[in-house]
Amino acid sequence: MAKAATFVIMAVVWVILSGMLDPFHLTLGVICCGLVAHFSHGLLFWGGDAKSWLRGFVRWILYIPSLFWEIILANIHVICVVVHPRMLEIIDPQVIRFRTVLKRPISKVTLAQSITLTPGTITVDIRDDEFTVHALDRTVAEGCPGAMEERIRKALEADR
Amino acid sequence: MINIVTAVLIATGILVLAFGVIGILRLPDFYTRMHAAGKTDSLGAVLVAVGFALYNAQSLAFLDLLVSVKILFIAVFIFVASPTATHAIMQTAIALGVEPWRKKEEGK
Repeated sequence: MAKAATFVIMAVVWVILSGMLDPFHLTLGVICCGLVAHFSHGLLFWGGDAKSWLRGFVRWILYIPSLFWEIILANIHVICVVVHPRMLEIIDPQVIRFRTVLKRPISKVTLAQSITLTPGTITVDIRDDEFTVHALDRTVAEGCPGAMEERIRKALEADR
Repeated sequence: MINIVTAVLIATGILVLAFGVIGILRLPDFYTRMHAAGKTDSLGAVLVAVGFALYNAQSLAFLDLLVSVKILFIAVFIFVASPTATHAIMQTAIALGVEPWRKKEEGK
């Protein structure tokens, strides 16, 4: 099951990337996709049954638009700071540490990426469940990790 | 019509990247510069890439659509790779002991 799904996904990507639909290239694609799907289907479908995997995947896709909106806000924030005439007075860099409730590596990574892409904060380091974050000023440092951690927990860890 | 949309997308992307450059030049230390660089380059590059993809897809020919999908793949990879690279550079800087710039506080 996992092998078949991996094969289909890889075959679609192959056709998109090659753009050639003659028998020779399609045969090459089928052979390559079959080999890779046979040996490394575990990379794409790590554990669990297909249903919970699909549910997690859909939630992850739904998480993307809110992340994109946060990124636009973050860019506006950074641009405002950068073009501010008295920039050195409004920034106040902080290094903060906090502990997360997230357990799975994938949700920790997602949280780290999300923090990096939200206004004024960059994840520096993750050790076990301790995050180190560099923040551009004091107010955003206090607002971290905020509602995002809860959203990621709902999206990726709800059925655990 | 689609020309206007692509022009707006690409121009906005270039503008965002330009502000990123201004940020790298103006901010006081390494870490704050990474804020400007890491954030603007993901949004700017993705806007430019989406603009290219739209412009390329307007003929609606099969091969052009495939090329557009490839450009969108590039956008997705930038989106994933850029924060990761920012993160890696920051971690290295901390490990090498680069001191963060701090505002002078009263009483210190």
